[in-house]
Amino acid sequence: MRRIRAAATGAVMLSLALTASACGGGSSTGGGSNDSPEELTYWASNQGAGIEIDKKVLRPELDKFEKQTGIKVKLEVVPWSDLLNRILTATTSGQGPDVLNIGNTWSASLQATGALQPWDAEQFEKIGGKDRFVDSALGSTGAAGQDPAAVPLYSMAYALYYNKQMFADAGIDGPPATWDELAAAGKKLSKDGKWGMGVEGSNPAENIHHAFVFAEQHGADFFTADGKADFTSDAAVAAVKRYVDLMAKDKVIAPGNAEYAQNQSVSDFAKGKTGMLLWQSASANLESQGMSEDAYGIAPVPVRSGTPGTGKQVNSMVAGINLAVFKNSDNLDGATEFVKFMTSDAEQKILNTAYSSIPPVKAAQEDPAFGSPADAVLKDTLATSAVALPQVPDESQFETAVGTAVKELFADAAAGREVTTGSVKAALTKAQQQMPRK
Amino acid sequence: MSPDPAMTATAPAAEAAVRKSSPGTAGGPRRRTGRSRRIGLPYLLLLPALLFELLVHLVPMVIGIVMSFKELTQFYIRDWGTAPWAGLDNYSVSVDFDAPVGEALLHSFLVTIAFTLLSVGLCWLTGTAAAVFMQDTFRGRGLLRALFLVPYALPVYAAVITWVFMFQHDNGLVNHVLHDQLGITGKPPFWLIGDNSFVALLTVSVWKGWPFAFLIVTAGLQNIPRELYEAAALDGAGMIQQIRRITLPSLRPVNQVLVLVLFLWTFNDFNTPYVLFGKTAPEAADLISVHIYQASFVTWDFGTGSAMSVLLLLFLLVVTGVYLVLTSRRRRTAP
Repeated sequence: MRRIRAAATGAVMLSLALTASACGGGSSTGGGSNDSPEELTYWASNQGAGIEIDKKVLRPELDKFEKQTGIKVKLEVVPWSDLLNRILTATTSGQGPDVLNIGNTWSASLQATGALQPWDAEQFEKIGGKDRFVDSALGSTGAAGQDPAAVPLYSMAYALYYNKQMFADAGIDGPPATWDELAAAGKKLSKDGKWGMGVEGSNPAENIHHAFVFAEQHGADFFTADGKADFTSDAAVAAVKRYVDLMAKDKVIAPGNAEYAQNQSVSDFAKGKTGMLLWQSASANLESQGMSEDAYGIAPVPVRSGTPGTGKQVNSMVAGINLAVFKNSDNLDGATEFVKFMTSDAEQKILNTAYSSIPPVKAAQEDPAFGSPADAVLKDTLATSAVALPQVPDESQFETAVGTAVKELFADAAAGREVTTGSVKAALTKAQQQMPRK
Repeated sequence: MSPDPAMTATAPAAEAAVRKSSPGTAGGPRRRTGRSRRIGLPYLLLLPALLFELLVHLVPMVIGIVMSFKELTQFYIRDWGTAPWAGLDNYSVSVDFDAPVGEALLHSFLVTIAFTLLSVGLCWLTGTAAAVFMQDTFRGRGLLRALFLVPYALPVYAAVITWVFMFQHDNGLVNHVLHDQLGITGKPPFWLIGDNSFVALLTVSVWKGWPFAFLIVTAGLQNIPRELYEAAALDGAGMIQQIRRITLPSLRPVNQVLVLVLFLWTFNDFNTPYVLFGKTAPEAADLISVHIYQASFVTWDFGTGSAMSVLLLLFLLVVTGVYLVLTSRRRRTAP
């Protein structure tokens, strides 16, 4: 009897303790600490052609870091489809990595959650100062007027990749500089089962990057000056329609592209099924799919008329990856040390070469390793005609809402339904209604 | 939780005093204590399991309900103790069917109802038909039975991703057969985007669900005595008559549970649409489970997402309750 009672009491106590700790997990008020100075967990985004390739690139560098500092880094490469949800879950539970990669467009959204360590002047001093970084990259690290939520790690820009042989066969002189020229070239290329251009029609993130650039070229902003969603202006509607019309009206994109979301458009381009591709830093990816560097050319993304520049001549977003420190880290000093390592001139050269991206660190960018014609186009775009996506807290919701609207418009175009100003406006109105109320 | 041991420890004295005045019950308390100990022991042994059940099942549910009353947006998720109470705001937004959020939820709800009714109906029909045909022994029956169960045995992700490949517009097997070989469609249709996505979803769901119905009905059929069929055959009943008069009535209790389980599984199915369509399902196939996921993770508004979940829970509770009451009443009034 007594033993049973003791067992019962034990069971109750254990259960209560578990319950209490389970509830406690949710609200993690405390900041970080330095309780675990010998270990770091690092969530890297998927930059190479596959997760294994990332591990191969990063592991030797992490070992180098361990040799220098004695801090062991546990690496996890998180696929893009999961990364944002994983970060949100980590934020909610307080259980997460110490250092993590974020898409630079999410900076302001994640900044608003307070999950990331702000980079004030003192913090920046620990990694060599803010002015080591290129301005355009710093412009995509958080809301204006606040301390950045992250530090630039890799910079990328969109460019037009074109198949030299297919262009020559179709009698096209050189890469198109305007959308009309692109449509004309595309029509010449679209025959015998081949198509002018490829897009990732079912990938909201890809869609939003292009919709944003088209909107800039039409003089439209998706957000008002005070950060409110404004998706349905005439210029924004015209911009999105122009993009979708590449499939709907110009018919230079195969209808099947409407369901692409796994980088099939890169494979199509590498296999010579399409003649053109708008992509960021595709070189390494194309090479891994067997397309040699001299088979394609790289040109700036077209504009409506004239040459790329600022204002309506913008032709790319500032794409890139930022490195952030999780506020709940139990090794804050080690995390800062790791950010310093990853943004050092030497590591910047190694990593950005491996991923065919551009270093956001000035000194590394000037290295001759980044002097190829392809890199010249990307560097030039970043320096003169790229703009950061809106740095507002609702940015991440905007990506999904408008990106999905464009996906549905592509589905309409693919099914042969007409894409009109009215239908584009309706889709964007629906997207705007999905935005947070407060 | 279990007062028995405590009671038996303090009660005997008082009880003994009472018993003394009523002769003839001597020895009663002792026996009573022993019996309640015997009754109490199973409950005691169940207690840890019960508490763990509470922990893993009810606690998250209660937390979900609490969340539904909070304004849990991106500004508060890091420390959601500090999120302000939203009262019934999340609920009123969810059920305001004139406003966009409520309208979308209602649309998704109706799509889910239509999908569930069709899927459960087809699963049941196919499963029962197959089970009845497999009732008589013939060569290769074991093999066929095993083959039928394959979709049920496959891991969901592996099975559904195969369907994704088959449904692809350019290189998929479905379009290859329908369009290239049979020439049924004028141009290859899209299955994973647009309106056809409902058909694609239903196909996969039935393909995945009917083996379960087959399995359960097959088990149920084992309990029907062969003599009933023999007697019916002697009386001149044909196959249809036998199915109507013997098989279906005998299967009723099995079917009642089967349909309920299929309904709940199908209505709540998240994996199939998520693997088929990814995070943003096409409107025609916008099932409520994915819709709620989207409402939470797209807008980062977990309060509204939780409110929608609670509404869904209430709906399923009502449906299940009504169904159980109706079916048990029928059983009671049945002769």
